[in-house]
Amino acid sequence: MHLMDTAETPFNFFTVANLTRITNISAMTLSELLAGLEQCNDASIFHHTFQTLSSHHFLTEGFSNDFAQWVLADANRDALAEQLAALDIRDYSSLAALRADLCQLVRGFCKLHPEFACQSALEPFYFCESIEVALPLGLTATSLDEFRVGITHLSHSSFYFHFISSRLRLHLRTNDFSHWLADGLGLITLAENVNRIDIYTNTLDSARNKLLRLVDRERRKHDGSTDREPHPAR
Amino acid sequence: MTAVQTANRIPLDDYAAVVGAGEIEELRALARPLQGRRVEMVNSTAVGGGVAEMLNRLVPLAEDLGLPFSWDVITGGEDFFQVTKAFHNALHGAPYHPQPRDFDIFREYQQRNLHRLPLDAEFVIIHDPQPVGLIEDRTNGKNHWVWRCHIDLSHPNPAVWNFLHSYVSRYDGAIFSSPEFARQLPIPQYLFYPAIDPLAEKNRDLPPEFIANVLSRYQIDPLRPILTQISRFDRLKDPLGVIRAYRIVRRYFDCQLVLAGGSASDDPEGAQVLKEVHRAAEGDPDIKVLELPVWAPLEVNALQRASSIVIQKSLREGFGLTVSEALWKKKPVVASAVGGIPTQIIHKHTGLLAHSVEGTAYQIRFLLSHPEIAARLGERGHEHVKENFLITQNLRRYLTLFLSLGGAV
Repeated sequence: MHLMDTAETPFNFFTVANLTRITNISAMTLSELLAGLEQCNDASIFHHTFQTLSSHHFLTEGFSNDFAQWVLADANRDALAEQLAALDIRDYSSLAALRADLCQLVRGFCKLHPEFACQSALEPFYFCESIEVALPLGLTATSLDEFRVGITHLSHSSFYFHFISSRLRLHLRTNDFSHWLADGLGLITLAENVNRIDIYTNTLDSARNKLLRLVDRERRKHDGSTDREPHPAR
Repeated sequence: MTAVQTANRIPLDDYAAVVGAGEIEELRALARPLQGRRVEMVNSTAVGGGVAEMLNRLVPLAEDLGLPFSWDVITGGEDFFQVTKAFHNALHGAPYHPQPRDFDIFREYQQRNLHRLPLDAEFVIIHDPQPVGLIEDRTNGKNHWVWRCHIDLSHPNPAVWNFLHSYVSRYDGAIFSSPEFARQLPIPQYLFYPAIDPLAEKNRDLPPEFIANVLSRYQIDPLRPILTQISRFDRLKDPLGVIRAYRIVRRYFDCQLVLAGGSASDDPEGAQVLKEVHRAAEGDPDIKVLELPVWAPLEVNALQRASSIVIQKSLREGFGLTVSEALWKKKPVVASAVGGIPTQIIHKHTGLLAHSVEGTAYQIRFLLSHPEIAARLGERGHEHVKENFLITQNLRRYLTLFLSLGGAV
């Protein structure tokens, strides 16, 4: 398969909205946080990692997920906070794997420092969960030009839905945009470059601008040219 | 029936300049499956206080999306509002021993309002404890009822909460402004942040001359630091604590304090607190105690914009929308870590939190000494509000709730 001017399968842009549900689980100590992490449902893990990064995307200096923030600000355990913050959600295509790593870090810390495991934090951690509602926007793209237009129209949450949360749906370490650019248009390098944009050090606006710049560069590259990147054989 | 006619309409598309055209297009997409499905909002006052202010803007915007929203206000005598004010304070943890007569008065007015209000929309949203008993009228399965609690329920008076619990547990869901306020309930509990309207008179950009005029009218010196707390004259907002913090700061900085607010129509205690504040401020010409008319949004806006630092030293707080108002104006904020305030003030990222008079004074001194840090906090605070606490986000949350409850997706 070669690079296509138009993809056979269009990219369907979605709008997504999240409803936050408050659960009955809370934690006042690291031990309780561990218990909560073990027993909460996947929607809670999603809410406090994937979802919170979206709603705090403008904090590009040291905000990663709610667990790390609470351990830092309320439980006052900097080392564990750093370890939790270092988990990159882009490395996970399943919430089960992310939960396992979160649990492992907290469990390991509690084992190593049992004196801190039951120490009271300043404020409790409340486990919440996200209920995601996604609807088609009625906007599709079959070419790079149309794709660019669609990207500029997305809200922050929908951009995030396609760019970050998508890996949980795809079960791949990629995102909707890169997946379609590679599979639909055969633009492998562009897809890889898009997937490399760092969401932790960019706001959603700057990440989107970087993506648009990459798309524009690709459009210029192929303007009037017939050079095409080969799509790897399946 | 007391149906509220909302203020002048601002077309939803006007918000595109603030939040982006994409956000508005997506609100329209989310509203599409809900076209024509009716929503009824009920609260206890049409003017004064954050709830009325929010509904005044939310209802017209929802109508612009093609959703028939109505807003009704319950009525009650002085006896009713005295009871509900006592309930309000007790739910915030104030000492109170309710008498059986108090509960009777509460029930009696619920019954009277039941006969006056339609309560037949597909989605009925009841705001705060005053009208919570209207659930009595609910026919099971006919429509969706959700209780929107705007107040801090983290330490409620058990007698009052037990009484209200019997009503709340019959709803399809409850909405709180912070997870801390959620209670043990047999119904789903949702988290909705209250919101400000960036295009409302209270928040929109103002010409510098207007701000200068307001300062001149109230004899505030624009050349010296201005510390401001905007809120009702209510004990829970701790205006006397603010004066004490200001007096500590005054030892280090030649600054002024502005305490500005008005009394809501359901707040009979306001006059007494105002008197105490005047007494505490006596003899200090740099403390301006301004009793603003209920609708003086432009003056509030100007005072916030003119401020060097905005304070919100509440002892208890539902959410404290004045914090978001100040952050929207890129102001550094020093606020108490109570209620919904830590959601808005992420300590050292979007503002500074304090837990005491002394702590409040220290944080103010720190920001007056480090204006560059103050400016950075203000910038981040603005982004935080844009992402999470604007009315367009609130509308989005309601749409998501209706889609989720109504099975439209």
